Amino acid sequence: MNSDTQKGFRVEDLKAYFGKVEALHGISMAIPFQQVTAIIGPSGCGKSTFVRCLNRMHEVTPETKVTGVCLWQGWDLYGPAVDPVEVRRRIGMVFQKANPFPMMSIYDNVVAGLKLMGVRNKQKLAQTAEQSLLRAALWDEVKDKLGQPGTSLSGGQQQRLCIARALAVEPEVLLLDEPTSALDPIAARKVEELIYDLKQSYTIVIVTHNMQQAARVSDRTAFFLLGELIEYDKTALIFTNPREKRTEDYITGRFG
Amino acid sequence: MNRYIALKKRAINRLAQGLCLLALLASIVPLVTILLDALARGGSALSLAFLTELPRPVGESGGGMANAIVGSGILVALASVVGLPLGIFGGIYLAEFGAHRFGHFIRFLADVLSGIPSIVNGIFAYTLLVLPFRHFSATAGGFALGLMMIPTVARTTEELILRVPTTLREGALALGIPYWKMVLRVVVRSVRGGILTGILLAIARIMGETAPLLFTSFGNPFWSFNVFEPISALPLQIFNYALSPFDEWHAQAWAGALVLITIVLGLNLVSRLIMRFSK
Amino acid sequence: MAKVNALSGRKPRRRISGDLIFKRATLLAALSIPLFVLGSAIELTRGAGEAIRRFGFSFLFQTSWDPVNLKFGALPFIYGTLVSSLLALLIAVPISLGTALFLAEIAPWWLRDPLSFIVELLAAIPSVIFGLWGIFALAPWLRSTAEPALKRTLGFLPFFQGPAYGIGMLAAGLILAIMILPIITSVTRELFLSTPVPLKEGALALGASWWEMVQAVFFPHARSGILGAIILGLGRALGETMAVTMVVGNRPQISLSLFAPGYTIAAVLANEFSEADSNLYLSALIEIGLILFLITLLVNGAARWLIWKSGWAAAKGGSGP
Repeated sequence: MNSDTQKGFRVEDLKAYFGKVEALHGISMAIPFQQVTAIIGPSGCGKSTFVRCLNRMHEVTPETKVTGVCLWQGWDLYGPAVDPVEVRRRIGMVFQKANPFPMMSIYDNVVAGLKLMGVRNKQKLAQTAEQSLLRAALWDEVKDKLGQPGTSLSGGQQQRLCIARALAVEPEVLLLDEPTSALDPIAARKVEELIYDLKQSYTIVIVTHNMQQAARVSDRTAFFLLGELIEYDKTALIFTNPREKRTEDYITGRFG
Repeated sequence: MNRYIALKKRAINRLAQGLCLLALLASIVPLVTILLDALARGGSALSLAFLTELPRPVGESGGGMANAIVGSGILVALASVVGLPLGIFGGIYLAEFGAHRFGHFIRFLADVLSGIPSIVNGIFAYTLLVLPFRHFSATAGGFALGLMMIPTVARTTEELILRVPTTLREGALALGIPYWKMVLRVVVRSVRGGILTGILLAIARIMGETAPLLFTSFGNPFWSFNVFEPISALPLQIFNYALSPFDEWHAQAWAGALVLITIVLGLNLVSRLIMRFSK
Repeated sequence: MAKVNALSGRKPRRRISGDLIFKRATLLAALSIPLFVLGSAIELTRGAGEAIRRFGFSFLFQTSWDPVNLKFGALPFIYGTLVSSLLALLIAVPISLGTALFLAEIAPWWLRDPLSFIVELLAAIPSVIFGLWGIFALAPWLRSTAEPALKRTLGFLPFFQGPAYGIGMLAAGLILAIMILPIITSVTRELFLSTPVPLKEGALALGASWWEMVQAVFFPHARSGILGAIILGLGRALGETMAVTMVVGNRPQISLSLFAPGYTIAAVLANEFSEADSNLYLSALIEIGLILFLITLLVNGAARWLIWKSGWAAAKGGSGP
């Protein structure tokens, strides 16, 4: 372990529950700082649940529980005095289906987070909007129509808009929950290139059921199965020389 | 034999459908008749003077219902002070926190409240706001009308909020904003068109109400902008003129009816347009 | 881009109390509803107290209404309220059912919504305008045409005897019928529209004619819902004030004849409440109001329960108990 992993996420014996059902059975892993970590596995293996624990979104669903340790840069995300709102501001999330706010324009969508936090300065808002849209590789396509409704964009553009919106609140982490599964291959490619650029400045965790995507985009990959972490290593190793048979079976398409 | 039966069945079908058509006409004819009658009988009395002048004392001719029209507006404003905050926030409570027995109980009571005859609401407002002060007032009338607004506005708000998809809520929360901000400034904002529609429809309903005003805001032949004084209202004025023995006042009652119908139907139409627009 | 480490010391109390205030504020607003319902019941009972103590149960069965000598009885008003409302139902229900069936089954699809809209527009017309029309259009017509005709043909029945003023119970019943048409029609229409297609097709496939299918499928499916709609209409008719006041004749008497003037609870409240010149008078009026409150409570409760039972909650615009 190098000092990078000290700086990233450290998760120990993390368990997540839906009511009485234990969905994650004690996950322990360290997610390195400013790298891309992919979570792969078949449907229902708990990868989305895991990632939603990282920004305390899991508890938004009624009758859920999280136990164990989850640290970001040494900060205990589930500490008793910690406000989940603050966690979510610093650890951003982009969802599987792009969800721009329907009643807002492109510009309003991007700055929505900032406005809701109380930022009023028009200049700062405009600046942040432009920066975020640039970082999300969307600026050129929308700069002349910022007043149009967010929903008037194509699927891929909407997803990049959501990324811009998430970036605007200046998080340290970006959690991406199957961000391209609803997109066509070209739009998906654009998002993947974006991810590659973003890792210069953000720690990225991406959930994906597309193994080729994981192989293309990530530095490390974790394989989940039925709520357990089976194997976690450098991406190249996972895909060329996995240690566990179950990993190998999944990667070679024998199930899932 | 078979043919005879088939013909008989067909005849019965025709008869049944014909009766249904008659029924439909019976449902529509009164509406058309009333509208046409209002135009015919009130059109002559409707004039700019009617809309801008005060009523003349008994025996004098001319005059109008300007104070009644304005009075209705003031009463609606007063009713909204009661009805809108309680209705909207009550609806938010039911949508966000009302998924248990107590919430169902409140929903049930909202139905009860909306089923209370408006004149009984007037009695309640009377005992609360007229008796203690021994004074009729616009406030008492506004309160009675506001009581009627609360259940409809709450119901509309609740239903609209419940239809907002979870993805919208999660998207907002994931940006790092508190729960209450998410509800007020994202969820409610996304359905504000529908809420406005509900409000307009509630206003249309209370604008036409006369009964609760009869012994709360009572009526006033002059201009009144003091909410602690009695105030005139359009339906009230129509009622008084209709029962009077003067032909001219009858015509003015019809003119007032035209104005009232226009306002009420106008509000209904506008709210429908808003609904279509916000889709 | 990475922020400096911020260890967990940050106090979240500001934010959490925001959520708490929100929850409390909305709860308070929602609590206004039970408050007002309870408040109405309490104030009505209190106001009626003097009359209740003075007259007791006999209040419900006395027929004299004498403000001068302070003798009060509610029977004429209860009678008038029930009769006018039942008459309204008798007239409105067949028309509503027929209209609903037309709108749901017979009308071409492009006419359905516009026609339904027009029928519902009737519900938007204020009561006082119905009353106006009743005084100047309906009552004269009744006096000159309809009531004499009824007298000629059905005059052997006690319902159609006596002088024909135009104003009276029949006028009130007719106007009420027109006013409750929309609500019964729209609820029934929704019920009919929700009849499962497989049921309809099953009947047709067996060789049923259209009308036979309607009888076999629509009516049973919607039966308790229709009953609920009818009772809903009844609830509305019971509380209707202005239109009734203007055409019912305002005479506290009990008469079998529909041509005779009568009085309803809502009408007497409308006419005499602001004129009540003694505490007992006012108290008697409030007690009458309390009776109306309780009657409508019962009727609306029954209606809602029936509609909920038939699985159709959206028609009334909300969820069941």
